[in-house]
Amino acid sequence: MTAAADTGAARGNGHRLLEVEHLVKHFPVRSGGVIRRTVGEVQAVTDVSFSIDESETLGLVGESGCGKSTTGRAVLQLHPATSGSIRFEGRELTTLSGQQLRRVRRDLQVVFQDPYASLNPRLPVNDIVGEPFAIHGLLSRGRERRERVAELLRLVGLHPEHGNRYPHEFSGGQRQRIGVARALALEPKLIVLDEPVSALDVSIQAGVVNLLQELQERLRVAYLFIAHDLSVVRHISDRVAVMYLGKIVETGRRLDIYEHASHPYTQALLSAVPIPDPKLERKRKRIVLTGDVPSPANPPSGCRFRTRCWKAQPICAEEEPALIDRGQGHPSACHFAEERSLLQIG
Amino acid sequence: MATPVLEVSDLTVDFPTDDGVVRAVRGVSYTLAPGEVLGIVGESGSGKSVTSLAIMGLLPRTAKIRGSIRYRGEDLLKLPEKQLVSIRGKGIAMIFQDPMTSLNPVYTVGYQLAEAVLAHHDVSKKDAMGRAVDLLQLVGIPNAEDRADNYPHEFSGGMRQRAVIAMAMANDPDVIIADEPTTALDVTVQAQVLETLEKALEETHSAMILITHDLGVVAGQADKVLVMYAGKPVEVGSVDDIYEHPRMPYTLGLLGSMPRLDAEGEKLTPIQGAPPSLINLPPGCPFSPRCPLSRPSCDEEEPALYEVGPDHVASCHYWRELSGDVAAEEIFEATAAELDVISVVAGGDDATAAADDAADQRTAPPNPPPDGPAGPRDAADEQPGDGR
Repeated sequence: MTAAADTGAARGNGHRLLEVEHLVKHFPVRSGGVIRRTVGEVQAVTDVSFSIDESETLGLVGESGCGKSTTGRAVLQLHPATSGSIRFEGRELTTLSGQQLRRVRRDLQVVFQDPYASLNPRLPVNDIVGEPFAIHGLLSRGRERRERVAELLRLVGLHPEHGNRYPHEFSGGQRQRIGVARALALEPKLIVLDEPVSALDVSIQAGVVNLLQELQERLRVAYLFIAHDLSVVRHISDRVAVMYLGKIVETGRRLDIYEHASHPYTQALLSAVPIPDPKLERKRKRIVLTGDVPSPANPPSGCRFRTRCWKAQPICAEEEPALIDRGQGHPSACHFAEERSLLQIG
Repeated sequence: MATPVLEVSDLTVDFPTDDGVVRAVRGVSYTLAPGEVLGIVGESGSGKSVTSLAIMGLLPRTAKIRGSIRYRGEDLLKLPEKQLVSIRGKGIAMIFQDPMTSLNPVYTVGYQLAEAVLAHHDVSKKDAMGRAVDLLQLVGIPNAEDRADNYPHEFSGGMRQRAVIAMAMANDPDVIIADEPTTALDVTVQAQVLETLEKALEETHSAMILITHDLGVVAGQADKVLVMYAGKPVEVGSVDDIYEHPRMPYTLGLLGSMPRLDAEGEKLTPIQGAPPSLINLPPGCPFSPRCPLSRPSCDEEEPALYEVGPDHVASCHYWRELSGDVAAEEIFEATAAELDVISVVAGGDDATAAADDAADQRTAPPNPPPDGPAGPRDAADEQPGDGR
């Protein structure tokens, strides 16, 4: 089963841009001392498959430690994958040399979570946004590049006159816009957005989310939107994949996930998000999970969610549920996948 | 209404700094009835945490605090430290955002809980330890007896926060102040912690001040909501009134900028610009530069809290224009269209950046980059973003 076959594109034009199959990323756990033998491994991502079409947004949601950021970094080749395949425009990325990768990276960019750490404090904004041109030997230094940088700053809603300022002179939301401008500089086809708005206050966050949507409409860029905030993900994504402990547990079009969730974990997640509406909030039932997420160094057998699942049966410990459609209309990795009303007032 | 357990009136907190006086809290008043849950919402730097630290008497000595904070009739600001110690924890308990920094890493969780019990009760160490285990059980820590011997690092984030809640419950306080108690946590863990908090309130019949930036959390927990902006309450009312009939454009803007889990994506309506610096705040309404209803008179006189409904006040001269319960996009979209390029005001959505901004206006910029060219900066320092 590959996610490539899972769902049709909601908005994309059907041209597959990224195809990830059976991606595995394990980090070795080493003993202390001089020799540092490998004593185990953290299974950060195990057998994850998904695809992204041109100019569509795939939201990757999950809680801390579920492997969503590792997946994003593996796609960018910032972490070499342990096994599996990552094809971008049909090209296998995992076997490319550094030189070849650099060329691919023109089409594959990233925006990080922390706008304070991801911008060099010693460079003025013009240089930060213009750096991709220098790295890729495009646009000679001088007027041409200056004009392009000014254009990019305008595109993300900043005044080009402020290009001479340093990052510390901007607020968090503005810094994130600078990060977006830098990612857009080379007109990439896919941007990996790793928690791009979670460090921002709501009123500022809304502006950045709107900006990302507008840019997608104008530039036809595709997003891999990684976040823990389910409300933001619903707002921006065409399709959504929910991760738990290194695996995708449910995936589908936005409405499949938010209105017809069938995996118990997805249901618990959705029920736990508070809604800013007191009347509705008082009537909603939260599904409160017991216990904590197991360690990815020693995950449970069978279904990884079974230790916290209210539906768990003996079969869940023996057999790992495949991520397939069991009649609910989209793939869900649960033996007992079943829709359950969560948001409707009961 | 029952006599309030806590009555804050006209509280102001100033911090003298090298750049000028930061007016972090500029006149906060509210009352808290026994068993009531008051939600205080606001963005970073709005003064919501400083208000609660003032109540607990935990602000640094340099802070200049005025006004009064009456707990059961006694003004906490006038009490000597010795008496404050007997109120802290017993009368008013506090839960901080980051459970890792509010627990001592070198003592076991049980020991720290017992310590909290011993601070206000004359019991044997053994009894205190027994109570500690009971408390851990109460907040849903499995195998509480064994877990009491664990150190904080052996607990997960959610369990730590529950241990902190247990500590706050230890002395049956009248008021629990929870400062962003779930902000550092994942949603499913947040659900666990919120449930624990609800249970704690049930057990202790305590009132709670819930400080958060998450309007969703407040909606489910609070009876009354106080919205803060630039160090002042800008709207206070029952939770239903605040969410359904907001009368201050800022509240409306906050609600409009939140993506909803239960609705398909219309466009969000962000609030343009950033909160003002709390140093040398200009006269007039502090929200005026970001407000779609703003007009010249707004910059002259700071609006008082107008009575806009029963037990509902809002500080906007033009609150009547919102009285038809207009949608956020109706009034905020208009300004967004005018502002093709989003105004860049140096400084920003947090206090540090705001302080930088204020410093920029008067003296050389702080922390100049070590080898940055000095020339172009000066030109950029003329506050070009203010031209709207």
